[in-house]
Amino acid sequence: MSGEDVMGTVLAVDDLSWHAGGARIVSDVSFSVAEREFVAVIGPNGAGKTTLFNLISGVLRASGGSVRLDGADITREAPQRRARRGLGRTFQTSSVFASLTVRENVRLAAAARRGSCLRLWRRADSDAGALATADEALERVGLADRAPEVAGSLSHGDKRKLELAILLATDPRVILLDEPMAGLGAADVPALTEVIRSLDRTVLMVEHHMNVLLDLADRVAVMHHGALLAIDAPERIMADPTVRDAYLGEPL
Amino acid sequence: MRGHGMKRWGILLGLVVALALPWLVYPPIALDIAVWALLAISVDLLLGFTGLLSFGHAAFWGTAAYATGLVALHTGAPFPVAVIAGAVTAGLLAAPIGYLSVKRTGIYFAMVTLAFAQMVYFIANQWRSLTGGENGLQGIPRDLFGVDLSDPFYFYYAALPLVLLGVFAAWRIVRSPFGRVLVAIRDNPARARALGYPVERYKLLVFVLSATLAGLAGGLHAVGHGFASMDDVHWTTSGQAVLMVVLGGIGTLWGSVIGAALVVQLEDVLATAGFDGTGIVTGAVFVLVVLLFRRGIWGTAAMWLPRARRLPALSRLARRGPGATPSAPAPEALVKKGA
Repeated sequence: MSGEDVMGTVLAVDDLSWHAGGARIVSDVSFSVAEREFVAVIGPNGAGKTTLFNLISGVLRASGGSVRLDGADITREAPQRRARRGLGRTFQTSSVFASLTVRENVRLAAAARRGSCLRLWRRADSDAGALATADEALERVGLADRAPEVAGSLSHGDKRKLELAILLATDPRVILLDEPMAGLGAADVPALTEVIRSLDRTVLMVEHHMNVLLDLADRVAVMHHGALLAIDAPERIMADPTVRDAYLGEPL
Repeated sequence: MRGHGMKRWGILLGLVVALALPWLVYPPIALDIAVWALLAISVDLLLGFTGLLSFGHAAFWGTAAYATGLVALHTGAPFPVAVIAGAVTAGLLAAPIGYLSVKRTGIYFAMVTLAFAQMVYFIANQWRSLTGGENGLQGIPRDLFGVDLSDPFYFYYAALPLVLLGVFAAWRIVRSPFGRVLVAIRDNPARARALGYPVERYKLLVFVLSATLAGLAGGLHAVGHGFASMDDVHWTTSGQAVLMVVLGGIGTLWGSVIGAALVVQLEDVLATAGFDGTGIVTGAVFVLVVLLFRRGIWGTAAMWLPRARRLPALSRLARRGPGATPSAPAPEALVKKGA
């Protein structure tokens, strides 16, 4: 469970902590994620899952410990620098550019990687490369036919798909998914699960749908009161008594 | 291609109105409408397209007015050179002010820009040897290679190309990839950051560009009136510009032009009628428009005109502006966002 760099480690978190006003929201969390590994993060509300994601993506600055991406220490880097290194994330609440079209949302994501956005004297729809990437990503999540619509008018489920398309268009090395299924109707879950399965990247995902994460995850990390309780294969996590206690005896 | 055709007609109509303006209204008023429209557009670039409410654009308008006046008075340069020197000065001033302001959002950004503008006002008032203090800079020449521009009617046409250049620049910026990133930042800064966009750098750049356009307007205003005064750096100038944008419709660019035309005309009519309390009337109009047409005059018109819905240019404008779409924040929401 140490953050030692093993061969194939993409993301390594070492003794990561975050304190707010004397309270330890995340304390001494260490783990590492291997190339193309799928790690699900579970834990009761307030366990520090989203805070952990915010520390890894740079929305919050760590109080202690380190985060390394491909061996480089990114603990003190701004979120946009981490994003340019290939760290992509979604947010717990739907997070799209509401007044832009679906296609523009994804094109902006593609353009961020291509560095074509400081052009002041060109038309926004003239970047053919970024548009091609955008259309491909929309195709993959099944939103190609909604491309000209304004993102704010999409249904909740489609916004969730759009977020994944945005993520795909940035071509990230590591993906952090914060409850991608939150607020979705049961009917939408299987389709989105398939999209996530097809990502084929290094993924860290917070999710409450147990069947979804047992289906997708190589390993499950359990957080409780800001600490990492266990990280192991799904079936062993299910059998772990300390994990069960963390959920107050509820069967997982 | 129908949309392109309609767009071209819209631009053509705008040009015709701009060219005909000194025949329609008293020529000095025509110039005031043009330069205030450019100032309002510069404010809308921040408010409508980046989600930043600047309450300090008087600093850039006024600084450019003084700089333009000083260059024209001391070098005798042709007035466009003096005006561009003024605009560049405003842009240079905006770099440090913007650097310190863009980290704030919502009401805090508005307050910081206001505070900096008040500092500029204080400096202009104290530095008498340069600005003339209460007297201002008098007798700013409007030389253009010996052409006689003393008639406001002719000066309007000499100044119009610079105004149109500023409007065109704003229009291109809004439609550029850079402009789309600004809208993305307005919609969702955290998301833009997570995609890898250096949000503060974008905000700083648009702040400097906006200040330069405001400076272009301020310099032309100074040359047109022949003087630069403390009024130019007073906070009411900033407020007036914001008022014009909200009246016309936030995030529409065209709305700023309509707002400026309305306010300048209204004040002129009231002043000619010998009415003292112009502020009461413009204030009342403002309250009425905000209550009745929350999207501003242009934003509301673009929404109501049934045909406008079918015109890509108009409906896109209507959708894009924060005051012009249900999914985007209304003016009061912009302020709330900073809390």
